[in-house]
Amino acid sequence: MANATDTVAAAPMPRAASRWNQRKLAPWLFLAPGLFMFAVYVLWPIVQSISLSFYDWNGLYNRDGEFTGRFIGLQNYRELGTDPAFEVSLWNNLKWLVLYMLALPIGLFLSIFLNQTVRGIRLYKSLFFFPFVISQVVVGLIFAWFYAPNFGLFYLLTEWITGDGTAILADPDLVTYGIIAAGLWPQIAYVMILYLTGLNNVAPDQIEAARLDGAKGWKMLWYVVLPQLRPATFIAVIVTVIGALRSFDLVSIMTSGGPFGSSRVLSFYMYEMALGEIGLRMGYGAAIAVVLFAIMMIFISGFIWKMWRDETQR
Amino acid sequence: MVHKKAGALALAAALMLSTSAFAQDKRVVTWNADYDPIPLAATEALIADFEAANPEIDVQLTNFDHEGYKNAIRNFLTADPPDLANWYAANRMRPFVEAGLFADISDVWANNGLTESLASSVLSSTIDGKQYAIPYTYYQWGIYYNRDAYAAAGVTPPGPEGVSWADFLANCEKFKAAGIDCVTTGSVAKWPVAGIFDYLSLRTNGYQFHADLAGGKISWTSPEARAVFAEFGKLQPFVTENHAAIDWQDAAAIFTQGKAAHYVMGNFAVGVFKEGGMTNDNLGFMVFPEITPGIARAEEAPTDTVHLTSGAQNPDDAKLLLAYIASAEAQTKWNAAVGQLPTNSGSTVDAADPFLSAGFASLSSATGGIAQFWDRDADAEYASLGMDGFQQFLVQPEELEAILERLEQARLRLFPQ
Repeated sequence: MANATDTVAAAPMPRAASRWNQRKLAPWLFLAPGLFMFAVYVLWPIVQSISLSFYDWNGLYNRDGEFTGRFIGLQNYRELGTDPAFEVSLWNNLKWLVLYMLALPIGLFLSIFLNQTVRGIRLYKSLFFFPFVISQVVVGLIFAWFYAPNFGLFYLLTEWITGDGTAILADPDLVTYGIIAAGLWPQIAYVMILYLTGLNNVAPDQIEAARLDGAKGWKMLWYVVLPQLRPATFIAVIVTVIGALRSFDLVSIMTSGGPFGSSRVLSFYMYEMALGEIGLRMGYGAAIAVVLFAIMMIFISGFIWKMWRDETQR
Repeated sequence: MVHKKAGALALAAALMLSTSAFAQDKRVVTWNADYDPIPLAATEALIADFEAANPEIDVQLTNFDHEGYKNAIRNFLTADPPDLANWYAANRMRPFVEAGLFADISDVWANNGLTESLASSVLSSTIDGKQYAIPYTYYQWGIYYNRDAYAAAGVTPPGPEGVSWADFLANCEKFKAAGIDCVTTGSVAKWPVAGIFDYLSLRTNGYQFHADLAGGKISWTSPEARAVFAEFGKLQPFVTENHAAIDWQDAAAIFTQGKAAHYVMGNFAVGVFKEGGMTNDNLGFMVFPEITPGIARAEEAPTDTVHLTSGAQNPDDAKLLLAYIASAEAQTKWNAAVGQLPTNSGSTVDAADPFLSAGFASLSSATGGIAQFWDRDADAEYASLGMDGFQQFLVQPEELEAILERLEQARLRLFPQ
């Protein structure tokens, strides 16, 4: 009997252990590949960039494979404080952030405009969506030609209207706005498509109820439609902020940061300093990257906080 | 699928067989380079000549894309060094020399009498008294002019002796009156304006000033530096508007169409001018006019070089090849194929090419010295900041004080006094 109770008592034990394993271990096993990738390709580079920003290093190892950098503490950050090019890049990033937000109202307007059933609407929608499909490099080239002095359409237009052509990309005061306009073109299309899918999910019965109550026009948009578009707006703000902060390709293609650095943004200045032919100051470039990361962190933690709140409230 | 796989295997096996067959009976010299198609063909011919003279040596050239090479060289010099690598003279090779990645080849220079035959390039190949480079080609800079633009504005084209600086500026007034840009440039890539600045600096204060300025030894607010900007200011109103948004090739189009009269450029642009429809009849070349009388004339001639790496597997045979690259006959043939100037004074150039002959004459009589170019003589970051300043001055000459102040701050930071 004693033997029998032993076996009976012993039997559930492994089952409980295995259930514990399933509950606790399985999620981690499923997460492992993702976590591994995240650690190797995201976390480790962040740690490395931050530590590199305390060094003065030209990117070379010597013949024996030894690191040739020199630890200089916060010197790189102190230098950023007095670097006029850094200041220009920071202001330009701010201009990008603010003006890129124009993509939201314009994209919303276009999506409402296109959210109707007429013959051939699919064709019009895809035409409006087209700039988002083509590569940023192509967008940059198209706009560079559009603005080009002497033969660009924009130059010829301003010459025809004012008598003196404006070469946007040669003007240190206008160049950043010219590039932002080029960036807005595909960004508006992106936001538009986000709102179009959002509009599909707007409850028709609520619209009808609002109509019966006499709501129309702005009031209908503001109090009935927009609240239902909140998830779309949230995603649109995120992609627009990130798009504005990582604006590198257009600057690189259209002006290479010029004239004399007036269209630089942080990401491009970082590239110039660390990886460009003329810089090769890895530590200084890393310090710029850390500052850009810190700015992005403000927005990213805001988004994460909001998502966290929404999840726990549910 | 199976057939493809088998085929690939057979191909791989055949490749391995053939390379090991080479390795068995020949000593291998590896060479990494970044040639465009025409220089690549010339280099392959040079290698064929060398291998014919040294049948026991096999030279294996690995050619990189020009832009990719700048990053690739930083990896392969440490990870997998070839015997020889292409790079540039003067300050551009300094980081690799200081990191101990390029090897000292003073013995190649001494044993082959190169200090005499490559006399014009000794300074740019030397760091701390030792030679680290074999220069094999350079090209002159100067002023290219469009005779059609001269005819359209009714200005007499300069003779072989060139013009004086005062006459040049006076001509610029006439071109402006005729609606023609006197000097064109396209400064998206910034270096074209450094060419103009360098010449003004060389002509105003001479070679030593240029070298000291690039080396951070001279204050940007000194009277000498201000004198250069004063001359720059005289030229500024006559330079193509909006150059900051124009590529140098697009500016070449303005020049070939006769909308601009002069282009301060390197000789490599002649090919672009001729593609644009210019011929030896309407394209002219002159050296940059003298500004301060009596200063020994210095010229710009960026030099391309080959280097022995510290990790070379076969340095002895690599040095043989370096000596061959330095020789007069090899340089004559290579440069004739590419259309550039040999650095060996015993070489000859094609007398039928007026621009090469003019360049050869101009460089061989440049008693003031041969400058590499602003962005090769100056430290990379300093060069870039300087070029930002030159470009800004050409766009906003009224900002001169702010520009000089900023450059001076950069100088004090990069070269602590």
